[in-house]
Amino acid sequence: MSIKSEGEAEAALSTRDVKTSGRSSRIANLESADVEFVNVTKTFNDTNAVEDLNLRVEAGEFFSLLGPSGCGKTTSLRMLGGFEDPTLGRILLGGQDVTNLPPYRRDVNTVFQSYALFPHLNVYENVAFGLRRQRIEKQEIKRRVGEMLDVVDLPNFEKRQSSQLSGGQQQRVALARALVNQPKLLLLDEPMSALDAKLRRQMQIELKRIQTQVGITFLYVTHDQEEAMTMSDRLAVMWHGRVEGMGPPKDVYDSPTTEFVASFLGASNLLAGRIDSVAGRRTVVAIDGGGSVVVPSDRVPDLAGSLEVKVGVRPEKIGIQAVGTPVADAHNAVNGRVRVSTFTGVGNQYIVETALGVNVTVYAQNIGHQFAPRSGDDVVLTWPEEHTFIVKPLPKSIEMNETEGD
Amino acid sequence: MSLLERTTSDEPALVAPPRKRRWGRFILPTYSWLVIAYLVFPIILMIFYSFNKVYNGIPQVSFSWIGFTTEWYRQWSNVPGLTPAFWLSIRLALVSTAISTVLGTMLAIALVRYRPPRFHGKVIVEQVIFLNIAAPEIVMGASLLGLFVSFNIGRGFLTLVLAHVMFSIAYVTVTVRARLSGFDRSLEEAAYDLGATPRVTFTRVTLPLIMPGVLAGALMAFALSIDDFVTSNFLSGSSAPFPVWVYGVTRVGIPPQVFVFGTAIFTVGIAFAIMSIVLARKKV
Repeated sequence: MSIKSEGEAEAALSTRDVKTSGRSSRIANLESADVEFVNVTKTFNDTNAVEDLNLRVEAGEFFSLLGPSGCGKTTSLRMLGGFEDPTLGRILLGGQDVTNLPPYRRDVNTVFQSYALFPHLNVYENVAFGLRRQRIEKQEIKRRVGEMLDVVDLPNFEKRQSSQLSGGQQQRVALARALVNQPKLLLLDEPMSALDAKLRRQMQIELKRIQTQVGITFLYVTHDQEEAMTMSDRLAVMWHGRVEGMGPPKDVYDSPTTEFVASFLGASNLLAGRIDSVAGRRTVVAIDGGGSVVVPSDRVPDLAGSLEVKVGVRPEKIGIQAVGTPVADAHNAVNGRVRVSTFTGVGNQYIVETALGVNVTVYAQNIGHQFAPRSGDDVVLTWPEEHTFIVKPLPKSIEMNETEGD
Repeated sequence: MSLLERTTSDEPALVAPPRKRRWGRFILPTYSWLVIAYLVFPIILMIFYSFNKVYNGIPQVSFSWIGFTTEWYRQWSNVPGLTPAFWLSIRLALVSTAISTVLGTMLAIALVRYRPPRFHGKVIVEQVIFLNIAAPEIVMGASLLGLFVSFNIGRGFLTLVLAHVMFSIAYVTVTVRARLSGFDRSLEEAAYDLGATPRVTFTRVTLPLIMPGVLAGALMAFALSIDDFVTSNFLSGSSAPFPVWVYGVTRVGIPPQVFVFGTAIFTVGIAFAIMSIVLARKKV
């Protein structure tokens, strides 16, 4: 009785709010909408910027499109905002087809990469711009702009000119200007790219807090994999106009499905090899440079008859131990010699020349009292079999060097 | 030895000891003041002689100093024909500036925004604008006269406006275009995004941001119109604008009030020039 009736009472209260003021007065728990791209293709001068994109973002979700520059992530966002028309396909917002709607008829707001604050208007007029278009009465505009500036932690900034603001402040104004309209979906186009690293981390936490508070769908475009993983409920890694991997950050990170995802999202040691034998839950892959690695069979993707694979393991999953020390069960073990040892403060990074014929990067956390070899030392690298993954190798014609981002 | 040789032959400027040029720092200021004097002296002379008395009471400018008077300022409107000519010039400048500013701004926006698939005449329009600025005015004036005569259009205010709009449009276009070329299109996208229709976006975002360019173009059009003589001389019928009227009376003798009007126009011009400098300095 108690919990349920309280919830009902609150619901009734908020409905009355909506009825009396015409619009909900609260910033928290706004109505949000889901997004769907259905077979969307965008062609510029005979090249596909986005190719047959199928994507569904749930209402209230923080979703990131991640990828290097030119991968089609910004084009996808611009199509959703209404700034580009899809060549093929449909875009649905909250179930409604918005493919042919102009930007000013979509219940969507955008935070632009350059922020695009109006230089001839002060902070108040910038934030109030969207509300004025809706012909909301003056007092209401004043109240909502004030509330929004509080949410983005810029109280008393109304009279400032945008040229007088720092990068971080401009970004907050851009965010306030978009959110004050209570859109069902907020688009963010690399909003952190102009901020320095420290401010960026601070804003990431802030942005996540605001998203949780307002509860609307955020579609976030970035080339920064750490940023995407920090904030997103789910993310999609894009490359050459296609989605290479999609899911919650942890799933995509731990079980990359393609070579591109494995190397773009975090770092991976990738070893070219060939499937040698499958024995129940254990699949043995012969590495081209010599030796073999065991992978759980359920992590072998559909290879369409081919046996050529790349075996991957993340640098932080690898343990480094002295020669002769026992290797735990269900672990892969490889002998090697440390070539480079770098102290990075939070850890040590080793580059180890291995019996697999390739150099393997190992990342060991700086937690003291552990085995810390120097370059030239012989070591054994071990990692649990379940932390090994397999991806299909890329066709030889495709270069990976454009995966650096910018 | 060899090292020294190489450095001296390759980079003499770097090894040369820095010389103190005591006189060097006076060259630029001296030159600047000479240029300013050269440009302003005739005007100063005109202002000076607008306070001069006349010989034997004949109201005619003389260029020898007789005595100080402010009589011509007090009787500024006493010359028959001069004041109507002046007001005609002002009306002509206002009307032609208004028309050419609107048309020129529209043209500039089209030239910056649209490319051949959508705007096929772009290259031709650009060439015509250049031609319009480069063509000798005497040719334009004569051909306009020919046009109006052959189409039997009576010369008067309308033909003057048509001609003045014609030669101002190119200058407005060039000025506004310069302002637009650095325009951040994402500002317009932001306006659309916030629910502004294209019309509202233009009036609330685009126009305010290019306004300094538009005003600078308008000032230029006004200045070109108010002192135009060549074209106006061909096209003014019975009523002559100020420059044409002044040219007409030089043959019989210039009334001192002409210098009064000249001084007034110059003063307003200076005010406009300062205004346009201030506007040009204002950043986007």
